[in-house]
Amino acid sequence: MTEKTVIPFQGTPEQEAQLKEVIAKHHDQPGGLMPTLQEAQGIYGYLPIEVQKMIADGLGVSLSEVFGVATFYSQFSLTPKGKHRISVCLGTACYVKGSDKILEAVEAKLGIKSGECTADGMFSIDSCRCVGACGLAPVMLVDEDVYGKLKPDQVAKILDSYK
Amino acid sequence: MEMIHLKINGIPVEVPAGSTVLEAAKAANVDIPTLCYLKDVNCIGACRICVVEITGARGLVAACTHPAAEGMEVFTNTPKVRKSRKTTLELMLSNHKKKCLSCVRANNCELQKLSVAYGADEDRFMPEEMNKPIDDSSPFLIRDNNKCIQCMRCVAACKNVQSVSVIGNIRRGFNVHVGSAFDAPLASTACVGCGQCIVSCPVGALTEKSSEKKVWDAIADPEKKVIFFTAPSIRATLGEEFGNPVGTNVEGKMVAAIRRLGPDQVFNMDVTADLTIVEEANELIERITTGGTLPMFTSCCPGWVKFCEHFYPDFLPHLSSCKSPQQMFGAVLKSYYAQKNNIDPKNLFVVSVIPCTAKKFEVTREEQREGDYDDVDVALTTRELGRMIREAGIDFNSLPDEQFDDPFETASGAGAIFGATGGVMEAALRTAAVKLDGKCEPLEFTEVRGTKGIKEATYTVGGVTVKVAVASGLANAREIIEGIIKGEKDYQFVEIMACPGGCINGGGQPVQSDSVRNFVDLKAIRAKALYDADSNMELRMSHESPVMDMLYNEFFEKPGAHKAHEYLHTTYVPRGKYQD
Repeated sequence: MTEKTVIPFQGTPEQEAQLKEVIAKHHDQPGGLMPTLQEAQGIYGYLPIEVQKMIADGLGVSLSEVFGVATFYSQFSLTPKGKHRISVCLGTACYVKGSDKILEAVEAKLGIKSGECTADGMFSIDSCRCVGACGLAPVMLVDEDVYGKLKPDQVAKILDSYK
Repeated sequence: MEMIHLKINGIPVEVPAGSTVLEAAKAANVDIPTLCYLKDVNCIGACRICVVEITGARGLVAACTHPAAEGMEVFTNTPKVRKSRKTTLELMLSNHKKKCLSCVRANNCELQKLSVAYGADEDRFMPEEMNKPIDDSSPFLIRDNNKCIQCMRCVAACKNVQSVSVIGNIRRGFNVHVGSAFDAPLASTACVGCGQCIVSCPVGALTEKSSEKKVWDAIADPEKKVIFFTAPSIRATLGEEFGNPVGTNVEGKMVAAIRRLGPDQVFNMDVTADLTIVEEANELIERITTGGTLPMFTSCCPGWVKFCEHFYPDFLPHLSSCKSPQQMFGAVLKSYYAQKNNIDPKNLFVVSVIPCTAKKFEVTREEQREGDYDDVDVALTTRELGRMIREAGIDFNSLPDEQFDDPFETASGAGAIFGATGGVMEAALRTAAVKLDGKCEPLEFTEVRGTKGIKEATYTVGGVTVKVAVASGLANAREIIEGIIKGEKDYQFVEIMACPGGCINGGGQPVQSDSVRNFVDLKAIRAKALYDADSNMELRMSHESPVMDMLYNEFFEKPGAHKAHEYLHTTYVPRGKYQD
C-alpha cells in the first residue's frame, strides 16, 4: 500500500461538518474508530492525513493509532480514487491467464502504481480478487464496465476511450 | 486479602486472588520466560513465549495474562511447552537481523538469552530479506526495525505510560512494523525523547544515539579541555552496568572510572541541582508574593518540557524559567569557570553524564545558548558511560573510591535527591521554607516521596500555604494538567518528571530485563540509594552549600539577579501536536 499522492486535499466545509457529526456519534462508543473511519471514507472517498488528524483529535486517540487501523484493513484507502476507477482482477483464473501483464500495461500507460491515482485525478488503479467472471479471464473493470479476454496491447485503447 | 491455592509443576503455592499464572509460578520459584509482557507497561499475551499447560485447559495458555485459580494445576516444563517455545523463538529469529556480535544489547538481549536456553536454531526457517529502513532522524534514539520482534512494549510505553503515543503498530502481514503515522521520521513527530521505549525493548531494535566517539575524540585532542559532570542518579545506577545489585551507590568508583578515561576534570552535577533549587525557590516565592503565573511547574526534565511544548503550549508560562541543572552547569563552566581559569570557552568540551535521552535534544536547544557556544557539548547516558569504561579496559569493581574535583565537589543532600520523583519538590521546599520562615522543620517532606505516579500535599511555611503536586510518568502529568484545566485541581507548585519514578528510572539508565522488572520495583530500590545519600549528609539544604556562596559572590550576584537570568534561565518554544 502506498499513500504518495500529488493531489492536494480538497475537502469542503460541508464534508467537514459531516465528519464532525460522525465523530460526535462515535465519540463515546468503545471501538468507535472503525466505524468512524468507514464513514469518513464514505464522505471523502479516501482517508488522507488531514482527515485522519481530524478523527484523531475528535476521538481523542493518537494519529499513530488511527493510521495503524487505516493501514491494517484493505478496505481503507489512503489515496484518492480517480474519476474512473480501474480494477484489475488478480484472482486465480485471471492470474494464470496473465492478468499481471494487464496490470503492468495499465500501470505503464498511466505512469502510476496499483493503489495510486493519476495527478489529473482521472484514473486510479486497484487490483481485486475475482469478480465472478472467470470464463472471461483475464478481466479488468473500469467503473462498472467489464472487459474480458484481454490482451495487454488492448489496454491503451480502452483507457483512451474514457478521456 | 483472599488467597487461592494451586500447584505449579506439582509444587503447592498460595497467592493472592487476582494473581496471574506467571506471578503464581514466581511464588513457587519457577521462572516462566516472557517477551511481550512487561509489568506496568504491556500485558497483551501476544508473543506466546510464556505458554504453559494447565490441566483441563484447551491448548497452551499464556501465563502472563491467564488468571491463577483455586485448585489449578499448571505445568511449565513439559515437552509440548518446550517445543512450542522453541518454535516460537525460531520463527522470531527467522525475521530478526542477527547482527548479534556487536549489537549494543549483546549479552543483555532477552531474545538471545532465551535462544540459548532453548537451543533455538536461528536458521531453521528461511528469513525474509531484511532491509527495513533505519530511523536515525531524532537526536535521541535509533530505531532498527530489522531487529524488532514486535512485542509492542515500546508502543505500550509510549501510549500507556507516557500518553505521547507517537509510535504504533502499522500496516499488515509482512509489512507490519512499529512506526509513526504516515511513516514520518521520529524527529518530525511530538516524540519527547524520554527513552522509555529504549529501556522497554527486549532486543537491540531501539538504542540511544551514541555520542561516545565525539567524547573519545575530544579526550584525544590536546587543544580541548574536557570536563565531565555526573547527574545525581548516575551514582545509584552505573553499578548495574558492572553486575552490582540494583541500588548500589557507586559514586566513588564512578568518579575514579571517569578520571581513568582521561578527561581534565570530573565534577558533581548535584552542585547545579543546588543552583537550580536556589533559583527556582526564589522564582516560586516571587510568583507567589507578586501574583505571578501559578501553579509553577518545574522545568528540569527536558522530556516534560518538550511534552508541554507539544501538547500544552498554553501552559508554557507556568514552566519555571530556570534551566535544568545540566544546562546550568554548562553555562557556569563556559562563563564563570572559563573566565576564572583563563580558558577560551571554545576549547572547553563539556560532557554531562545523565540518565536521560531527552537531554541529548536539550543540549542542542538554541534558546539555551548564551553567547557562541552550546552550554553542554555532549550528553552521555549511563549506558554509554558504561560502554566507554568497558572499552577502556577499566576494572570498575576493583577501583578505589575517589572524590569529585574542586571547586564543584561539594553539594547538598537536596541536590542528590533530584534524581527521584518528589526530590526536586522536597529540595525546593527545604530552601523556600528557610527563605520564608528562617527555618525548615521537619527537614523531610515524606508526603512527596515514594514511587506513586501522583502525589499531593499541602504545606504551610512562614504563613504561606502551598499546595503541591508531584507527578512522574507523562500520563500522570497529563492527568494533573487536565485537572487544572477543568478547574478540579488547584496548586501553587507542581513537579513533573517524564519517566516513572524520575531520573533513577530514566530512558538512559541501564536496561534491566523483564525477568527483573516484572518482579522487582527498580524505581524504589534505586531511589533509596539517593535518599540514603541525602540522610547521611551534613549539608541537607541547597542554599547552604559553600559553592552557592562562591558562585553568587564571585559571579551571579544574587538569586534572580540580571546576570543569573542571563546565564541560568531560558525560554520555551510552542510546538503543537503535529509538526509538519
